[in-house]
Amino acid sequence: MASIHERLKNEPYSEYSFATRPTNATLFWRRCIIKQIYLFFALNLKIMRIVVGGHS
Amino acid sequence: MSKVVVLGAGISGHTAALYLKKGLGKNHEVIVVSPNSNYQWVPSNIWVGVGLMEPNQVKFKLEPVYRRKGIVFKQALAKAIRPEGDSTSEKGFVEIEYVDEARRGQTEKVDYDFLVNATGPTLNFKATPGLGPDLYSNSVCTYDHAWHAWQNLKVAFEKMEAGVHQTFLIGTGHAMATCQGAAFEYALNIAFEVNKRGLHKFADIIWISNEYELGDFGMGGAYVKRGGYVTPTKVFTESILAEYGIRWIKRAGVYKVEPGKAYYELLDGTYHEQTFDFSMLIPGFAGAQIKAFNKKGEDITSTVFAANGMMKVDADYTPKPYEQWKSSDWPEIYQSPAYDNLYASGIAFAPPHGMSKPMESPNGTKIFPTPPRTGMPSGVIGKVVAQNVIHRIKTGRKDHPHKASMVRMGAACIVSAGYGFTKGQAATMTVSPIVPDWEKYPKYGRDIDKTVGVIGLAGHWMKLFMHYMFLYKAKAKFGWSLIPE
Ligand SMILES: Cc1cc2nc3c(=O)[nH]c(=O)nc-3n(C[C@H](O)[C@H](O)[C@H](O)COP(=O)(O)OP(=O)(O)OC[C@H]3O[C@@H](n4cnc5c(N)ncnc54)[C@H](O)[C@@H]3O)c2cc1C
Repeated sequence: MASIHERLKNEPYSEYSFATRPTNATLFWRRCIIKQIYLFFALNLKIMRIVVGGHS
Repeated sequence: MSKVVVLGAGISGHTAALYLKKGLGKNHEVIVVSPNSNYQWVPSNIWVGVGLMEPNQVKFKLEPVYRRKGIVFKQALAKAIRPEGDSTSEKGFVEIEYVDEARRGQTEKVDYDFLVNATGPTLNFKATPGLGPDLYSNSVCTYDHAWHAWQNLKVAFEKMEAGVHQTFLIGTGHAMATCQGAAFEYALNIAFEVNKRGLHKFADIIWISNEYELGDFGMGGAYVKRGGYVTPTKVFTESILAEYGIRWIKRAGVYKVEPGKAYYELLDGTYHEQTFDFSMLIPGFAGAQIKAFNKKGEDITSTVFAANGMMKVDADYTPKPYEQWKSSDWPEIYQSPAYDNLYASGIAFAPPHGMSKPMESPNGTKIFPTPPRTGMPSGVIGKVVAQNVIHRIKTGRKDHPHKASMVRMGAACIVSAGYGFTKGQAATMTVSPIVPDWEKYPKYGRDIDKTVGVIGLAGHWMKLFMHYMFLYKAKAKFGWSLIPE
């Protein structure tokens, strides 16, 4: 039995079929520990700046 | 000695109370009135709802923290505000009713010099017949609801393990509900757990939302830089739903829930039904329904509060069409225009209007999200209100040097999309400002360099890190005030 996901993905003109999908490379980078450690610090810094800068 | 009363010990009220006590010291009194004996870190309720955390991991007892800090805690519900006092008292006071075991039902008048209303939302399940954990749908809005949802979700998992197909309906349970982000996280976490168990063949997960386009999240959507393009959050949101095998119904106003069936109207005016085995639908939000009376005892609730029960503050509430909405409509200091020693912070303040464009079906049903006020702005507003009250008490002046407008403030939202130290994932979203300012940023409504949408493992670590960090801060442990809201 195919999952709903599989069926809809292949159903032409279903709204679902128009959605952007991640490539294998994107999926890899999302789990790549080195890149994610960098992002952990970079995003935390970005958030910190936003919080501190937004009020007086 | 001044007396400051804070109503509500959620993210906003608890933050306000801790800063008030820190700033005012022993010479002034800070009183917190709240019906729940626990503080809860609401964002982690999502993980309680999929059985990955126990309620004890997202809550702690408030009384020991307040005792240590010298804050008076009254486990009670605020029922009415008398800002002018009454025939026996010149001072403003709040009428409260205790809910703890020892004093249940007892009432008291708590007078104040300054009052901070941080009573958050009332979960208005009644606005949708059949909605809510006491009836036919689940909720993750409190740790109790989330734990109850997990018990029902477990049954659905067991059925799938036995080869029985299950339909999950997750999203908004009212045509004007907000908090899409929380429901969205829950949908992604269910899909993640379904896939982890290898059960995807037996699951049909449906996202149902009152948004005009996915990714609106009640803030009119946002634009993010991605892959060499500036893309709307619609692309980002549809992409992750499709990746997780979740299909969607948008522009839908759920108006009734029966056992196993939700009824909804679409923006085009057509009526539909969706059957389900498990549903989690966010209710509409209202204010705490606190009454207000003047000195003569006349009802002035409509002067102090908006029709939805949220408190009016220094915003421009003149009704106006979407095209005329301005950034200056939004409040900066959260002070009541009727009584200058009255403030509202967090979800308790009445926003001047939405952020998403109002939409109406041919049948006259308004189907669009009302504006969210997430944890970060709720905490920041609580802090800024406390700083201004401290300033007023210490200097005797009436000015407000501290400001926190949602038109200048940014916010970050980390949307969990699966739990696990190496396999987990979350979407980190930042927007700045929260309310789109089309005059200042005519192209995208916000500062595109501060608006981010990134999916990955780092987001999960951040969400987990924030869970521990914010619980540490809320427990007012060493250095708590150095941790930003
Ligand atoms: C499941 C879920 C997940 C979420 N995830 C995120 C997230 O990841 N990031 C984020 O930024 N935001 C998130 N949010 C939103 C965030 O939780 C809210 O913005 C925040 O809790 C609002 O804070 P508040 O203090 O205004 O209200 P609340 O936290 O609701 O606190 C209100 C307080 O008032 C008390 N109260 C109610 N009535 C009365 C009364 N009559 N008298 C006295 N006290 C009263 C309540 O008991 C409570 O203590 C999430 C929300 C939910 C439901």
